[in-house]
Amino acid sequence: MSVLLGRDTRVIVQGLGREGRFHAERMKEYGTKVVGATKPGAGGTSIDGIPIFDTVAAAVDETGANASIVFVPAPAAMDALLEAIDAQIDLVIAITEGIPIADMLKVAAVLETAATTLVGPNGPGAITPGQSKIGIMPAENFSPGGVGFVSRSGTLTYEIADLLTRAGLGQSTCIGVGGDPVVGLPTPGAVRLLNEDPETEAIVIVGEIGGSAEERAAEYMRSEGKKPAVAFIAGRSAPPGKRMGHAGAIVSGNQGTAESKVRAFEEAGIPVANAPSEIPGLVKKALRHS
Amino acid sequence: MKLHEYQAKQILARAGIPIPDGRLATSPEEAEAAAKAIAAPVAVKAQVHTGGRGKAGGIKVAKSPAEAKAAAGAILGMDIKGLRVDKVYVERAADVASELYLGITLDRDRRRPVVILSTVGGVDIEEVASSRPDAIARGWPSPLLGLLPFEARALVFAAGVAPAQREAVADIARRLYRVYGESDATLVEINPLFVQKNGSVLAGDAKLDIDDNALFRLPELAKLKEVSADEEAEEKARALGFSYVQLDGDVGIIGNGAGLVMATLDAVRNAGGRAANFLDVGGGAKEAVVKAALEIVLSNPRVRSVLINIFGGITRGDEVAKGILDVIQAHPPRVPLVVRLSGTEAEAGRKLLESAPLESRETMDEAAAEAVRLAKVPATA
Repeated sequence: MSVLLGRDTRVIVQGLGREGRFHAERMKEYGTKVVGATKPGAGGTSIDGIPIFDTVAAAVDETGANASIVFVPAPAAMDALLEAIDAQIDLVIAITEGIPIADMLKVAAVLETAATTLVGPNGPGAITPGQSKIGIMPAENFSPGGVGFVSRSGTLTYEIADLLTRAGLGQSTCIGVGGDPVVGLPTPGAVRLLNEDPETEAIVIVGEIGGSAEERAAEYMRSEGKKPAVAFIAGRSAPPGKRMGHAGAIVSGNQGTAESKVRAFEEAGIPVANAPSEIPGLVKKALRHS
Repeated sequence: MKLHEYQAKQILARAGIPIPDGRLATSPEEAEAAAKAIAAPVAVKAQVHTGGRGKAGGIKVAKSPAEAKAAAGAILGMDIKGLRVDKVYVERAADVASELYLGITLDRDRRRPVVILSTVGGVDIEEVASSRPDAIARGWPSPLLGLLPFEARALVFAAGVAPAQREAVADIARRLYRVYGESDATLVEINPLFVQKNGSVLAGDAKLDIDDNALFRLPELAKLKEVSADEEAEEKARALGFSYVQLDGDVGIIGNGAGLVMATLDAVRNAGGRAANFLDVGGGAKEAVVKAALEIVLSNPRVRSVLINIFGGITRGDEVAKGILDVIQAHPPRVPLVVRLSGTEAEAGRKLLESAPLESRETMDEAAAEAVRLAKVPATA
């Protein structure tokens, strides 16, 4: 069943504010099992038909939730993530943008010894088309199929999913790993999940300038790759030293350049699209040759 | 957010890291008075948010208060990489025997802070890393525990710090780690860290960059934020929830989502043009958002055409098209506009734009090519 999330995934919402309520509704429409939400002090009530709990632990006890989506604003987000990890939730998806790096370093250190997989922060979430969506992506652009998809961006992910869907290439699971410098499940880990998923036939890796997650993903696929992959790197024309929207999208000195990422994929035998429009054609070609 | 050397040094001093006696001056007379109070040879140092000020002539040594006054007179008002110098830091000159490097930053791959120590100081650490990798020692403390005494000791041994300075350098490293943590730094650096002829160790320079996302809990540091002339548009955009970066081309760019905007800049380059900016309006693209975004992009006089690339997701393509139409009817832009809508209800959106005074294209590549072509058309008087 694809990876991370499927039909049986039971989700709670942390941070049922305006954005959280809007997207909880969209997720329910899609068929995602939204089983509860946390709001300290409001336990026992319900909002939009969603049962409310005081703590994540209580929500897990009562509902059997195994996933959480976090909309909690940045100043309190670390606490929300640590609460979810402490409650041993399998999958935590953080949408929140603007979490301080120091907070994410602490969360990452706690994750080293925890069973939880954290996707994000500062990403659109994840979707297994036709089964479950835990995120803020517009579902219309996705369709079920065999292409696994990992991306550091939001709208660019929807754009490429839309291109894939129009080309008849459905997706197994799409994972938006997030645009921050420190994320829970970086690109290489997400690629590994899809590489080991029997239902995923090909992998699309959408990276961008900054850091070296793409280089590490390329290295992993070079040695362990079981299926064809296609890559795209955003920011090939970005000047060094400028942060391009995402906190993590910055070339520092000679680190994090698009050239280095493109070279790493090419050396791993993974074709790199020059524009998103080339991706579906490259995926079809790669599938024919595999 | 970057701090000036004098601000960073005050923070280091509060954490117990030795710094030379120094004073800030905004006029030659103040510099003269500062040198008189220090009563020793001084260095007069430009305070600007950029590296390479030494090479640019922004640091001068003065042996007397009169020389300090002259040095400040030469440095104040100087232009260093496009930034005007309006403050100098007058500091007691150190009696230098050798120079070390000490810095802490983020290691993205390991998801940990990395502490870097080298006995090759006073030069660009990235150059040392590539030319003499053996001269650099690194440690990765747990962000939950901080830099522990044994980790600091291991660093000074690995770097080959002389026995007489080991204890002092390890102590400074631990204090610097506290500064890194308490000020939510993305980079804190002492380069050079002086070893003086009498054996004492003190910070020759200091660099402290703060995580903008943490300023909400650092009210004292947030007050130190300075916006230079070339950052004004970026600050204005930030206040609107946009992310804007000025570039050096002539095709203005507006899009939603950082990745999509980066891909749009790349499409412009693929079409043989150069983008004038990066502008991510974030979620949605209602009328007010489009209006504000166009104002920011068109405030750059170099812009010859504007490419709007919006993915209609939760916000539908037809609603985005209506927003764009309303804006250009009320405020016709001074340059041609190319719009590319994709995603949910994109076709309905394109239909609405058909008779509008703008170019609408179906794909990112076509839209980029058209925007590049229009930017090259000579302006009609």
